[in-house]
Amino acid sequence: MKKEFSIFDNPKNIKRLLIIFYCSLVILLIAEFFIHPHPAFFFEHIKGFSAVYGFFSCVLLIFLAKILRLIVMKKENYYDK
Amino acid sequence: MTSNMIPPAIIFILAAILIPFLKGKTKSIYMLLIPVAAFYVLVHIPYGNIWIYEFWGYNLVLGRIDKLSMVFGYIFIIMAFLGILFALKVKDDLQHVSAIIYAGSTLGVVLAGDFVSLYIFWEVMAVSSTFLIIASRTKASREAGFRYILVHLIGGLFLLAGIVLYIQKTGTIAFDYIGLSGIESYLIFIGIALNAAAIPLHAWLPDAYPNGTPTSTVFLSAFTTKSAVYLLIRTFPGAELLIWIGAFMVFVPIFFAVLENDIRRVLSYSLMNQVGFMLVGIGIGTQLALNGAVAHAFCHILYKGLLFMAAGSVLQMTGKIKCTEIGGLYKTMPLTCLFCIVGAASISAFPLFSGFVSKSMIVTATVNEKMVLVYLILQFASAGVFHHAGIKVPFFTFFGHDSGIRAKDPSWNMTLAMGIAAFACVFIGVFPQPLYNLLPFTVNYVPYTGAHVVGQLQLLMFGALAFALLILSGYYPPEIKSINLDVDWFYRKAGRGAYMVLDKGLNAINQVSENILIGIVGSLSTFFKSAVARIVLFISVNIWLALGYRDKRLEIKKRRLYDDILQGTMPAGIGVAVSIIFVFLIYVLI
Repeated sequence: MKKEFSIFDNPKNIKRLLIIFYCSLVILLIAEFFIHPHPAFFFEHIKGFSAVYGFFSCVLLIFLAKILRLIVMKKENYYDK
Repeated sequence: MTSNMIPPAIIFILAAILIPFLKGKTKSIYMLLIPVAAFYVLVHIPYGNIWIYEFWGYNLVLGRIDKLSMVFGYIFIIMAFLGILFALKVKDDLQHVSAIIYAGSTLGVVLAGDFVSLYIFWEVMAVSSTFLIIASRTKASREAGFRYILVHLIGGLFLLAGIVLYIQKTGTIAFDYIGLSGIESYLIFIGIALNAAAIPLHAWLPDAYPNGTPTSTVFLSAFTTKSAVYLLIRTFPGAELLIWIGAFMVFVPIFFAVLENDIRRVLSYSLMNQVGFMLVGIGIGTQLALNGAVAHAFCHILYKGLLFMAAGSVLQMTGKIKCTEIGGLYKTMPLTCLFCIVGAASISAFPLFSGFVSKSMIVTATVNEKMVLVYLILQFASAGVFHHAGIKVPFFTFFGHDSGIRAKDPSWNMTLAMGIAAFACVFIGVFPQPLYNLLPFTVNYVPYTGAHVVGQLQLLMFGALAFALLILSGYYPPEIKSINLDVDWFYRKAGRGAYMVLDKGLNAINQVSENILIGIVGSLSTFFKSAVARIVLFISVNIWLALGYRDKRLEIKKRRLYDDILQGTMPAGIGVAVSIIFVFLIYVLI
């Protein structure tokens, strides 16, 4: 029997992964100060606009999806009835 | 030079017929050689119109060879090869034959320089792909396949009616740029847009594709929608309507994708979202935007095929594909997991993966044209894609809760097909120039600039942060065993009236089949001609009435159109006849 991978069974590893993830976010915010910007529209002059937009896009997506679910969700056998 | 070469479409279709007579290794090698042969032909043919045949007084052009058709030809052949490799060990000739005919007819559509051969291949495509859906041989797949073919036949009728009017107006069956003006262009547009799963003509896609077999969905994901994208680039570039249809398509399906429980349905919705990006590019119509649409179609075929292969592998090895039933599979399916992540990173347009170098061309085109709203919608959708296809698919399949399933990676051929696709995704992402060289217009575009890379990474990673926080806080919508209604509700459930209509339609089709079985070939063609004539007449008369034609002038116009069609000036009905003969072939041979 081949060995199973199980690195995420250890909560410590998940914690490490999250720390790496949070660090990369900070690095991305700092990196913006060291690149040559060419903003597409006026609002892109704001530092971190993409970050904020990406974050709130996903929050809005989930929020609206939860509302949509109230309307469209049916039991799996809905069409068989 | 060209006379001794066979058109790629014909290679596929003729070669497919022999498959049931071969066995074992010979069969495997034979099937893999089909796309290789077609590729050889495509590499060696010169530009221009070739393979011109005279047929019923028309010049059929089976080879319109230019940069646009070549790039689609290449990617379809590559994908056919990967799909065949992935399905190599399937013991079901029905699937092999229909998949290869399906791939061949798509090549026929892409290389066709006239409407008659285009329409024939178009219908063969619809019929052969239906067999790939019903190949699962379950009740659900049979019903979905039936709805699929019905929707596509209706779409085909729109296309046919448009083509007939187009030929009547222009006097030629050759086509190139059409543009949205006049009733015939709108009919053609609707016919093509239906195949592109353009909202609101999209419901057949998430309805049918998840019902295919683990291997057949890989073919389905590549050909129908992207051949429609090709045709839209060819015939309707710069049609502003496409920008808005595309904008709807990039954001509406992602809400459904977030809610869906079935991984292949999630992927189907994300397929629509990606086609939306292409339609926006076509609608903008500048050289950069069209290049972007072509490049994105090219990359999309590879990474979407890869994702469907990964989902197919999971389904094949575990028998399950719903988020609620799988999870924790990385432990025993590490390769599939890795390839799935590569596909997910590509569709999310991570720098160094293929989606980044293609999607960003379309986004940049919106910037150049100063389309703020479209730009913001595309960026919202980019974050959303990463959310549902980039994170949700690998997370709930391979990580998430441990389902206790300990399935292994699939057989060598399936793993190899995924490996090649994954390699291609990374290769294009790192070295985009070879792809750019294939595009229809000269590319002066640099994807890797500091601002662009950092901006995209911020957008994606902070989207991921939202996902992480929502999951950890428990606000994320839980996976629930359920289905979500889409517009197919209107033809599946909207009261008994709809059922009656379908029922009556069914009986009518049965009646037609019976007539054919009696074997009256002559009456067959008359029947289809007059059916088409009536459809065209119905549409035309209403327009003429609206335009103010009355009495005698109306009568003359009606008479002329009707005669034109019935006397065979119009090639109507050929496609329908071909597709019926094809159905017979499949049943007789297998």
